[in-house]
Amino acid sequence: MGLALLVGISATFREPDHLTRITQKNRPGGDMQWCFSQVKGAIDDDVAEADIISTVEFNHTGELLATGDKGGRVVIFQQEVEIKSRFVSQNKNLPQFRSEYNVYSTFQSHEPEFDYLKSLEIEEKINKIRWLPQKNAAQFLLSTNDKTIKLWKISERDKRPEGYNLKEEDGRYRDPNTITSLRCLKVAFLLQVPVLIPMDLMVEASPRRVFSNAHTYHINSVSVNSDNETYLSADDLRINLWNLEITDRSFSVPIGDQNRNSCDIFSCCITPCCWRSLTARSSDIVDIKPANMEELTEVITAAEFHPHQCNTFVYSSSKGTIRLCDMRVSALCDKHSKLFEEPENPSNRSFFSEIISSISDVKFSHNGRYIMTRDYLSVKIWDLNMENRPVETYQVHEYLRSKLCSLYENDCIFDKFECCWNGNDSVVMTGSYNNFFRIFERGQRRDATLEASRENSKPLQVLKPRKVCTGGKRKKDEISVDSLDFNKKILHTAWHPQDNIIAVATTNNLYIFQDKVN
Amino acid sequence: MAGADGDDSLYPIAVLIDELRNEDVQLRLNSIKKLSTIALALGVERTRTELLPFLTDTIYDEDEVLLALAEQLGNFTMLVGGPEYVHCLLPPLESLATVEETVVRDKAVESLRKISQEHSPVDLEVHFEPLVKRLASGDWFTSRTSACGLFSVCYPRVSSTVKAEIRQHFRTLCSDDTPMVRRAAASKLGEFAKVLELEYVKTDIIPLFTALASDEQDSVRLLAVEACVSIATLLPQEDLETLVMPTLRQAAEDKSWRVRYMVADKFSELQKAVGPEITKNDLVPAFQNLLKDCEAEVRAAAANKVKEFCENLPEDNREQIIMSHILPCVKELVSDTNQHVKSALASVIMGLSTILGKDNTIEHLLPLFLTQLKDECPEVRLNIISNLDCVNEVIGIRQLSQSLLPAIVELAEDAKWRVRLAIIEYMPLLAGQLGVEFFDEKLNTLCMAWLIDHVYAIREAATSNLTKLVEKFGAEWAQNTIVPKVLGMANDPNYLHRMTTLFCINALSEACGQEITTKQMLPVVLKMSNDQVANVRFNVAKSLQKIGPVLDSNALQTEVKPVLEKLASDSDMDVKYFAQEAIS
Repeated sequence: MGLALLVGISATFREPDHLTRITQKNRPGGDMQWCFSQVKGAIDDDVAEADIISTVEFNHTGELLATGDKGGRVVIFQQEVEIKSRFVSQNKNLPQFRSEYNVYSTFQSHEPEFDYLKSLEIEEKINKIRWLPQKNAAQFLLSTNDKTIKLWKISERDKRPEGYNLKEEDGRYRDPNTITSLRCLKVAFLLQVPVLIPMDLMVEASPRRVFSNAHTYHINSVSVNSDNETYLSADDLRINLWNLEITDRSFSVPIGDQNRNSCDIFSCCITPCCWRSLTARSSDIVDIKPANMEELTEVITAAEFHPHQCNTFVYSSSKGTIRLCDMRVSALCDKHSKLFEEPENPSNRSFFSEIISSISDVKFSHNGRYIMTRDYLSVKIWDLNMENRPVETYQVHEYLRSKLCSLYENDCIFDKFECCWNGNDSVVMTGSYNNFFRIFERGQRRDATLEASRENSKPLQVLKPRKVCTGGKRKKDEISVDSLDFNKKILHTAWHPQDNIIAVATTNNLYIFQDKVN
Repeated sequence: MAGADGDDSLYPIAVLIDELRNEDVQLRLNSIKKLSTIALALGVERTRTELLPFLTDTIYDEDEVLLALAEQLGNFTMLVGGPEYVHCLLPPLESLATVEETVVRDKAVESLRKISQEHSPVDLEVHFEPLVKRLASGDWFTSRTSACGLFSVCYPRVSSTVKAEIRQHFRTLCSDDTPMVRRAAASKLGEFAKVLELEYVKTDIIPLFTALASDEQDSVRLLAVEACVSIATLLPQEDLETLVMPTLRQAAEDKSWRVRYMVADKFSELQKAVGPEITKNDLVPAFQNLLKDCEAEVRAAAANKVKEFCENLPEDNREQIIMSHILPCVKELVSDTNQHVKSALASVIMGLSTILGKDNTIEHLLPLFLTQLKDECPEVRLNIISNLDCVNEVIGIRQLSQSLLPAIVELAEDAKWRVRLAIIEYMPLLAGQLGVEFFDEKLNTLCMAWLIDHVYAIREAATSNLTKLVEKFGAEWAQNTIVPKVLGMANDPNYLHRMTTLFCINALSEACGQEITTKQMLPVVLKMSNDQVANVRFNVAKSLQKIGPVLDSNALQTEVKPVLEKLASDSDMDVKYFAQEAIS
């Protein structure tokens, strides 16, 4: 597979007629309108497997946007800052719009591997990317495939050393006279110390740590703790806690515990001072693997740390429950502090009930008060203080309830849709089929169905709300359930941490939309 | 390389300088490690004006290179022209103190602390203190964490106005937004308190200490426990109650087990710092609670401290406190549900016998030892066995031998080879404590059985165990009890066991001496040179090489040499090789 990057086409703002467009008055009524900003990725319909986007994530300032793909690559886009400031300084009356995202760095994060012991192929697909809070001029992110988590440093370099004693800058050796004089004359001024000279900006990505050999099953989540020191990684049956500084690749198992299936292993993995010095290995903090795998009824589907409380994290399960754990209580969090679960509505019960109640993503709100979960048909918002039912439920594509049978047959029912909050937790977004994505405004109880498509990709074109017709009669502009394309799905979306800029990944394209600014 | 041209040729220096920017990390590292050579050749002036500016900008490099650089710069004072110019080293160290890698930052801070001592008081205020301030108010937390470690070195040597500024900076960092910085500040709190005037300890440090000890992040709170030790030692006894104890009590009952764990882990230090009176009134109940904590980690940490805590109790009523307050908790821990707690206790409990004396040990502790010797977890039993010597001094080991034997036998036959390995290591110790008679009667068979264990590591350990036993009991004992059994294995149908014979001979020959080796062992070895398995034959060659020095020259010439020569023409390549090795 070639390094066909996601650089494709991108709309440009610089033409004057686009400027006039955005000066147009905002529609009265105040509801949010979204317009197209950019699309990244190849245009042709023929999609290479490796180019399929598998995760999207903004960094903490929103200046950088990272995507991971099935080919194990990470592409980082950077928001151009100059354009914004130029317009602002030239004309204060001009509407302020955000500048576009351009490729900043691309690197191969994971390679396909083969586990010879288990005879298993390990895909290079990037399952998750998480940015670390910035600690110095460089940027750091964690990327993970099914088994291995890597810490990458993305740094800029704008100087290079120059000046050799024995050779020219191009590597040719100097004429023998110079060397002879260095050999014979013992005068120090002949020695040359290299100097650093400015050069074109170069962005480098270098792997800093590799955290491996701790997951037997596929890693579905990575979440950085607010203590800036640890992070968790979750697979189907276990959640591990790592120290960002320490990677030691092996579990140190005390004597008598070579079979890692007994219960006491949990306590021994996290035994003394794991928090201070010995966090050499990751420690299991949750392990739901039953002694007998036939008793397995539930798997972990996602996990995340609380944004401010370093001791709290949640994980969701395939049974539609969310457990909140407090690491202060005990070293092994096998007992949850809170269990969020909604009693099932018996009238809706069917063969598919359990499958569609499986939670595919869980996200804390930025203020830490709410948890959002996504199951197959809905998005639910839970208040941390109320465990027995969600405070809000939004139907994402209720019209699919009648089609579950065929969605089961084509495996779509197992799709894992993600969800995200906007910067001030007032709006949430999640994906659907047919390249539709849904936006729910919480306070207003308003929602919209929008489409990411090439047809709408004129610069700053306002996205028209789409409607799926559920009844018998199809109105104009409506699309019937039967003509939805289930191969076009939006699983991964991300919202800029402050601004109304969203990134939406269709199969191999990354769309960036922004609100129509006043 | 031109090293041969003579020491003062510039060529090797030129190579070193060029390799500062080589693509190969190893070569760059090598150059950095010889930085003093480069600086010496350049002279102090060019080191200051050319080399240091270049190094200041090399922070793009690999961690290991940066680490070496940070270390080198700490010893560079003379190379830049002595204390007068030491401030030239600040810029490169400042940039190293901001990199993301903690080890590099720590090393840079360590070097900065070192060279701060070489600054004159004036330079310290003109150059060093501004650097500390810059780091303390840096944009990124990496620089602010580094600043935390520098306050204490400049504080004692600056004027009182600057002192006030430094205190202010430290205060600011203690309430920094990022937990990383607060952690760094908390971990340096004790060190900083030590250099402060006592009045400022009370007015500045105590409020900071209290604030950090109730930080919202438990990772910060637990570091305050460590600071508590140093602060408590600084304060006069009468202030402890009001200034430190409320915080300490709160930490011992913290909601987070990690904080309680830290208290348990630091208990002996805390005990020394607060003195006997507070220990009696406050720490004894706190310790009881930690021993009964709901989190196993905390109980294990506290159990580890039982002996030390008891030892350090004020002597006048030590026994009473132990008997009425500590021992009841210890009794419960013996049957704890968590094996790590039990094994932590087992590793120290024997030490209590010296503190409590013979009668109390027999009456109260012995039952506990016996219970632990029968514990289901092998680690617990091992820990008891490994500390037998403490009890031996007080009551003699005979009291225990009844229960000891089954415990040892069970461990010796444990299904897990690591357990077997661990007990083998204690055999010489046990042999010494129990005496040769008891050993021969009960344990000798075990030692022999390990020689034919199916795990190589056990057979290997069993071999070296025999050596140690012979050292303890003497050659005569070896001749009577061990050697016949070892030599008997030479006829075993399993070639691995036959090889064990050879390994034992290798190990024992020296301890047994010339006579036994020549008369009893050598014939067996020589006979095995006809073994049908090549592995055995080449081990014969190796053995002959090993025991050669013990044999007399007559035996070497007449018996060993012909056999080796025969082996040297063996059909197997390896046998040939080792035979030739042995001959030469």
